[in-house]
Amino acid sequence: MDIWNRHIECMDRDELKRIQSERIVETVERVYFNVPYYRHKMQEAGIGPEKVKSIDDLWKLPFTTKQDLRDNYPFGLFAVPMTEIVRIHGSSGTTGKPTVVGYTRDDIAIWSEVMARTLTCAGANRNDFIQIAYGYGLFTGGLGLHYGGEKIGASVIPISGGNTRRQIQIMHDFGSTVIACTPSYALYLAEAMIESGISRDEFKLKAGVFGAEPWTENMRREIEDKLKIKAIDIYGLSEVMGPGVASECLVQEGLHISEDHFYPEIIDPETLEVLPEGSMGELVFTTLTKEGLPLIRYRTRDLTRLNYGRCKCGRSMVRMDKCIGRSDDMLIIRGVNLFPSQIESVLLEMSGIKPHYQLIVDRVNNLDTLELKVEVDEDFFLDKISQLETLRMKLQDNLQSSLGLGIKVTLVEPKILGRSEGKSNRVIDKRKF
Amino acid sequence: MIIPQLSIFLENKSGRLTEVLEALGKENIRIIALSVADTSEFGILRLIVPDPDRARALLKEQHFTVNISEVISVRTPNEAQHYARLLRILSDLDISVEYTYGFPHGKEAVIVLRCSNNEEAVKALENKNIELLSAKDFKDF
Repeated sequence: MDIWNRHIECMDRDELKRIQSERIVETVERVYFNVPYYRHKMQEAGIGPEKVKSIDDLWKLPFTTKQDLRDNYPFGLFAVPMTEIVRIHGSSGTTGKPTVVGYTRDDIAIWSEVMARTLTCAGANRNDFIQIAYGYGLFTGGLGLHYGGEKIGASVIPISGGNTRRQIQIMHDFGSTVIACTPSYALYLAEAMIESGISRDEFKLKAGVFGAEPWTENMRREIEDKLKIKAIDIYGLSEVMGPGVASECLVQEGLHISEDHFYPEIIDPETLEVLPEGSMGELVFTTLTKEGLPLIRYRTRDLTRLNYGRCKCGRSMVRMDKCIGRSDDMLIIRGVNLFPSQIESVLLEMSGIKPHYQLIVDRVNNLDTLELKVEVDEDFFLDKISQLETLRMKLQDNLQSSLGLGIKVTLVEPKILGRSEGKSNRVIDKRKF
Repeated sequence: MIIPQLSIFLENKSGRLTEVLEALGKENIRIIALSVADTSEFGILRLIVPDPDRARALLKEQHFTVNISEVISVRTPNEAQHYARLLRILSDLDISVEYTYGFPHGKEAVIVLRCSNNEEAVKALENKNIELLSAKDFKDF
């Protein structure tokens, strides 16, 4: 099994800690002096940069949240002048303002490096043809994989998402050996491959790197059986970098975090205390080398646990488990982030319906489906069918344009959706993770 | 000559119509006329009852989405040509019919209409000596 950067990835953990400590000191100084928002936050907490002498002092610093990014939209948290920023990405599908991330030339180089590690983890090298079926655009998936693929010298096929029939044809004709997409799309492709009538033997596919949405071990087995490939779980979030933050190796026992660039902590989402090694809790990242948008103790809201034991593959980098859920109510639908509050704000802007709703998430033929049940406003309800149909279509259109997601709207009677039962009943997720 | 009618929003789900009628039945509410409009997603139940305000309050208590809408009604001989005649009167004046339903009453037919403009429709029909029914007439059915 190849390792892209053996020197770092198999590094002695004491040595790694020394590097992390050097880098955290630099990062904290940089954000303190270059980002007013961080400086104010640290001053409020009564902490100057001199208080952080090693990675062991990290806990003293305040957390950063998605809300902080929104409050500083678009570039307020950038730590370099815009002349240094060579790329801007945004988080997938949020209402109104996306969370914006900026990269310097060095950031892009590091992103390519960690993606090269990820692809090597999945067994890819310069002989491979990597078909990138993640979306290209503001979303970090497509270009993140792309740069990593070029870095290892593979032949990159930037086909982007969608158009399944063409995906199958290119996969066959170009002899793609690695596919990168969401796990649910991988299952969709598996079926399309069968429908194409082309025998599996005529494809050269051997591995897939799958991320951007939660998936289970069962789903992995199904993908591996149906596509006859090794299915590798990758993890990343645009705020921290994009894909490449962590990746499984071929041992498939946890995802190695590139700890020399992204320092992980596990906290209790309620008390915000750092939890002891091996505990399940919310994953928090501090970037150690990022220049454009350094993040201090960024709360990912993903729930997982860390394993510091050395992996059979030889890498010493800490491994995180597959994420088991979220510490907030964010849903990931076809790779797009969705908060129920976003639906609420679309409903509040419309007359004719009440902001009482129920969202039903399901997975049909391996694709996420959304159904939104909303109550008709009695004062608006006259007795015309056409009026109700117009209302339904208009709501569907508004949801599509502000969330970027197709949602089937069903009008319901008020009795159905309980008033007092709280948020938990607002979303019914029938998907099995 | 405007008649109040109950309109009840119904999800397309078995048992819902039964529940509305049971709720009214318990209070011995008489139904004079009834019609159901449906789409694949939902339906609207339309009822004419002797005391629509009371029926509405009852249904609201049971959390039904209910409103009072206005319709007009005419009595004609029970033959197609008579129905056609009154529709022609309306269409000649560009008054459109949003929906209509009817029921027999002896040898005559009672026809309920919701028009784009009920007041104008009443005027037009009265001018042609068509017999319009009032809410009070309905109570005697």
